[in-house]
Amino acid sequence: MEDKIKKVSIIISKGGLDGVYPGLIMANGARMEGIEANLFFTFFGLDTVITKRMGKIKVATVGNPGMHMPSLLGVLPGMSAMATSMMNKTMDKIDIPPVPEFVEMVADAGCKLYACKATVDMFKLKKEDFCPQVDSIINVGKFYEIAAGGHIIFT
Amino acid sequence: MPQKTFGTVTVEVDAEGFLADFSKWSREFAAAAAKDEGIAELGPAHWKVIEFMQKEFKENGQAPSIRRLNKSGVVTTKELYDLFPGGPAKKAAKIAGLKKPEGCV
Repeated sequence: MEDKIKKVSIIISKGGLDGVYPGLIMANGARMEGIEANLFFTFFGLDTVITKRMGKIKVATVGNPGMHMPSLLGVLPGMSAMATSMMNKTMDKIDIPPVPEFVEMVADAGCKLYACKATVDMFKLKKEDFCPQVDSIINVGKFYEIAAGGHIIFT
Repeated sequence: MPQKTFGTVTVEVDAEGFLADFSKWSREFAAAAAKDEGIAELGPAHWKVIEFMQKEFKENGQAPSIRRLNKSGVVTTKELYDLFPGGPAKKAAKIAGLKKPEGCV
């Protein structure tokens, strides 16, 4: 039998629901299988753990071919909000929690959460801007140190 | 169906070691299956989880998700991971005699 995966470090770099959920699901799923998991939030992915923004993450209706609708329609006011609300309802039905609850759940499951130092500096953020589940703000070198010996997944 | 002996109990299991027929479940099986999963002894907190999962299974035909367990007030997510280390949903389902959970969360 192949060697089992023992550790994963997942980087979430995009700020839309389709950027945030896959990483959260993979990290949580890793913990459910007894795999050590780290989440590293960078660039717009950082919204996932910013207290003021984590509950307002939307799905992009423009420039997203997966939406199966013309981009012109996606520009209409309220379109992104409507698509987001529909997706949230569907997610809840299949027991996938809203982002803030998901962040809490994955942290409670033992996954460690980190924020990217370069992005924090670029957006002039402070530790207080983040939800309490964020362990620390780390640079890329520290990330590699933490990820050592495991797999790295970039989303 | 393959058979598997847990301690003193021999039962039919599916390919992944989950109890094939829930009616064959017993507390003795649970204790033996727990040992097999590295849990030396099932305490009252373990039993609370097992009993809730079985109740949900009987009502809905599937084991509850970790989220549902957390929301039920029976066990917090943190406690669940402490009680069943290294894969709580799967391990608890196995000990409770349920099928392997199919959801992603």
